[in-house]
Amino acid sequence: MSVQRLWTRGAIYLVLVAFALYYAMPIYVLIITGLKPYKDVSMLRMWELPQGLYFDSFTTAWGLVSPNFRTSVMITIPAALISSMIGSINGYVFAKWRFRGADTLFILFLVGMFLPYQGILIPLVLTLQKLSLYGTLAGLILTHCIFGIPITALLFRGYYASIPNELMDAGKIDGCGFFGLYRHILLPISMPAFAVVLLWQFTTIWNDYLIGLVVLSNPVQAPVMVAVKNTAGSFSVDWNVQMSAALIAAAPTVIVYLLLGKLFMRGLLAGALKG
Amino acid sequence: MSGTEGMSRRSFLRLLGVGTTMTVLAACAPAAAPAADAPAADAAAPAADATVADAGKLEIFSWWTAGGEVEGLNNMFEIYKRDYPDVEIINAALAAQGAGQGGEMKALLETRMIGGDPPESFQVHLGRELIDSHVVADRMEPLDDLYASEGYNDIFPADLMSVILYDGHPWSVPVNIHRSNLMWYRPSKLEAIGADAPPANWDEFFTMADALKEQGLPGIALSGTGGNGHTMESVILSVFGAEDWPKLFDGTIGWDDPRMTQALEIMNRLYDYAQPDYLSQSGADVNDVMMADDGPLLMISGDWLHGYFKSKEFTDYTWAASPGTESTYLLLSDSFGLPKGVKNRDNAVNWLKVCGSKEGQDAFNPIKGSIPARTDADPSLYDEYQLWAMEQWKTQTLVGSLQHGAAAKQSFLLDYDLALNDMVATRDVAATQAALVVAAEEAAFGQ
Amino acid sequence: MANNTVTVSGERGSAASPIQSTRKRWWRWLSGDMILAFLVLLPSIIAVAIFIYGFIGWTFYISMSDWKSSIPDFTFVGLKNWTRLVNDRRFQMDMRNHLFYAIGFIGQCIVIGFTLATLLDQKIKGEGLFRTLFIFPFAVSGIVTGVTWQWLMQPSTGINLIFAKLGMGWFRPTWHANIEYGIWAVSIAAAWQFSGYVMALYLAGLRGIPAELREAAAIDGAGTWALYRYIIIPLLMPVTFTVFVLTGMNSIRIFDVVAALGGPGPGNSIDSLALNMFQTTFGAYRFSLGAAIGSVMMFLAIFLVVPYLMSMQRETER
Repeated sequence: MSVQRLWTRGAIYLVLVAFALYYAMPIYVLIITGLKPYKDVSMLRMWELPQGLYFDSFTTAWGLVSPNFRTSVMITIPAALISSMIGSINGYVFAKWRFRGADTLFILFLVGMFLPYQGILIPLVLTLQKLSLYGTLAGLILTHCIFGIPITALLFRGYYASIPNELMDAGKIDGCGFFGLYRHILLPISMPAFAVVLLWQFTTIWNDYLIGLVVLSNPVQAPVMVAVKNTAGSFSVDWNVQMSAALIAAAPTVIVYLLLGKLFMRGLLAGALKG
Repeated sequence: MSGTEGMSRRSFLRLLGVGTTMTVLAACAPAAAPAADAPAADAAAPAADATVADAGKLEIFSWWTAGGEVEGLNNMFEIYKRDYPDVEIINAALAAQGAGQGGEMKALLETRMIGGDPPESFQVHLGRELIDSHVVADRMEPLDDLYASEGYNDIFPADLMSVILYDGHPWSVPVNIHRSNLMWYRPSKLEAIGADAPPANWDEFFTMADALKEQGLPGIALSGTGGNGHTMESVILSVFGAEDWPKLFDGTIGWDDPRMTQALEIMNRLYDYAQPDYLSQSGADVNDVMMADDGPLLMISGDWLHGYFKSKEFTDYTWAASPGTESTYLLLSDSFGLPKGVKNRDNAVNWLKVCGSKEGQDAFNPIKGSIPARTDADPSLYDEYQLWAMEQWKTQTLVGSLQHGAAAKQSFLLDYDLALNDMVATRDVAATQAALVVAAEEAAFGQ
Repeated sequence: MANNTVTVSGERGSAASPIQSTRKRWWRWLSGDMILAFLVLLPSIIAVAIFIYGFIGWTFYISMSDWKSSIPDFTFVGLKNWTRLVNDRRFQMDMRNHLFYAIGFIGQCIVIGFTLATLLDQKIKGEGLFRTLFIFPFAVSGIVTGVTWQWLMQPSTGINLIFAKLGMGWFRPTWHANIEYGIWAVSIAAAWQFSGYVMALYLAGLRGIPAELREAAAIDGAGTWALYRYIIIPLLMPVTFTVFVLTGMNSIRIFDVVAALGGPGPGNSIDSLALNMFQTTFGAYRFSLGAAIGSVMMFLAIFLVVPYLMSMQRETER
């Protein structure tokens, strides 16, 4: 039995390591390409380690993307926080206050997730102009919050639906109303859900390219992903610089994941869920 | 419950931690604060402070973001800043690589135009791209006065003026000239098959390519995911010649012409001599294929390839007109125009003057790798390719490129690219030609 | 085995019935709060109505007009653009591509995500490290994913070079350049980016399953297979539901990865509706035709995905 167990464990680790390689392989290419000087970058020699370490491309890339990096921070943090809060309260309503037609409304919200952004750029710009929000950070934050309504509602609704109604009933008996139940019962145990939703929204908004570009009306003030792409010329690409820029641009989402990731996993085990 | 509360307090701290990290990272950014209302471009256009904002702004859209292009553009900005120090320049540049033909930049420009908020000026290919996308929509101002006061009518070659003029008026100022119909070939590969000159026409090429094939070498570098439209236009030009080329785009010669069949058959045959994995390689990848030891004899590419090879310290190459197009200069040109209703019209007109000036063009072109549209450039500033091209520019017949926006409208270009894109897969000449005929009908050439 | 099913679903059923009764009770007691709930939702409803349904309607309206140059033209032309679209070869390829892509992408995400989550749930040493690595690609943008995989999937280098080193030189696929199967390769690149996130969702779901349930199943004599088949997989239905919505959304909207891989590809072999729409609209100024393509994307969501969502949701709640 224990021999069989040993084999099973071994097999499990083998599979995990294989997948670790699968996930790491493109990242490896990204990093070593960023460390090569321009003339050594070639598709045909992509696996070869650089001959020495060249951080020039990172310096160059940082010089190119840093202003837009700042813009992205200023958009992403408020947009992710606000849209998570909206999602939380919407998810609460959809999960626990199913007024007549709420489920249909929820499905109608979900359809919005499939909206192709490439096709709605012109109405979006015209609408924001009418609201005097075109070309402003506020306008872009609003846009991200609105387009985030469906996904955040979906994720929070799923989480709140798993919370036993007995808890709600107990709160009811203690005299809590609509906001009281949310404030005292659900919000304190919502952190895992917030982690999931924040991670999603942060990544989506940070990686957004098109909406930020068009709503802010000018590549100069556009989000960092536009700057990453702008490290390329029209007939040739400095791959080392672009890869470095891509890594710099990916850094915040990676940091956020590292910080929230544990919370995201650990959170579901903790607290009132079991109890 | 108390455990939960502790948990959530820690979580909030963590969230705060994220926020702080971000702020610190942001604070490390070296450049000035690019807030939405006070944008700062890259090193070339630092944010101006409030006192100089009185002279207004100059917002320039382009797709020049890297390589020699951005340096060339910055050189022109330097001249502008010297002459008009109070104007704040906003360098709104967006890379054209990606979703096909600079899709994002066009999307941005189009939403700005429809929203009634055009930039002071924007880069656009000279010719039909400008005319069909913006002039016919009544968005541009004619530039007759500028052309008269700056003497452009005499300083640009007469053939070029015929590309510039639409409805009798000029609509933009060309800042550079690139050449599309060039063949870049490797002397070492010629040597390998004992030839002493590059192919003068496609028949000669096929003979050479057969010899290379026997040695297991490809004859030509092609791309399966774009760039074939570029090779194809040189093939079409070789079959039709400079005189009939413009007639393909004014309705005089139909795309069902038997010579078009002939051109498509040449193109279709070229795939048999391409490098083995051409189907998975993009236009940019092909440049690397050309430099490989087992690379092909030649590729058809514009003159920007020269700068790329130089930057990679590659030396085994030289150039000539693409086979069968010896005396024709298939040109493409980047130009700047004047949209109607811009906020700072004077600034925009002054920008166009810099673009058209000898000083501006001599500041931009040497580093961009192109040649000036003007015929009075200072030769000492240019490299061996550019000097060669400037000679040819003065003596050859000039016609506008299809692939790069001069000869036909955008919608036709997309259809043309897609038809060729289909041919790579189907290798069906008749079906491709039929698709091109439909596209030409829709483009309503000559109407 | 059948007993197990009954027990489990019986438990879930008994947990579900009080919800029904509570709902009715709340309606009676707290109808004022019910109105409050609706009012809280109202701003979102209005925003969705304008920014999502308003824009869908606008797009649909444009698709019936004659706007085909840079000059807006709102003349009503009925189904002209739609007729053209359904006869368009590129569009037909797109529909085929989306079908294959969806199967490949959703399949890989669910299988890889669930497998890895299950394995990581076996008290693994270094779980945190594995998890971080698996989810890392999710932080990378679509454009970067596409560019990197475009290199990895070069026939003469990239992954094929590794196959050759492993003595598998005979296995030399052309990946995304294959005219027949290229779209499957696109789904590999996209799943690389997304499957780690799916893994995290499943792992969170697994961790949420009370240990008592597993213990009870073990006491009943259920083997590992039965445990997963009859207890864990059904209990993870809500997670699967979420995963399906997220991956389905991606399958309809796929754009960045395709563009970076050189889309539309030879013979439109890796083209997508979003790329087609973007090029048609802003590359060729065919606004009405582009709007028709955009509308098709919405109809795909409405006619294919929504009924599935609804049935799935009902199943989840039962």
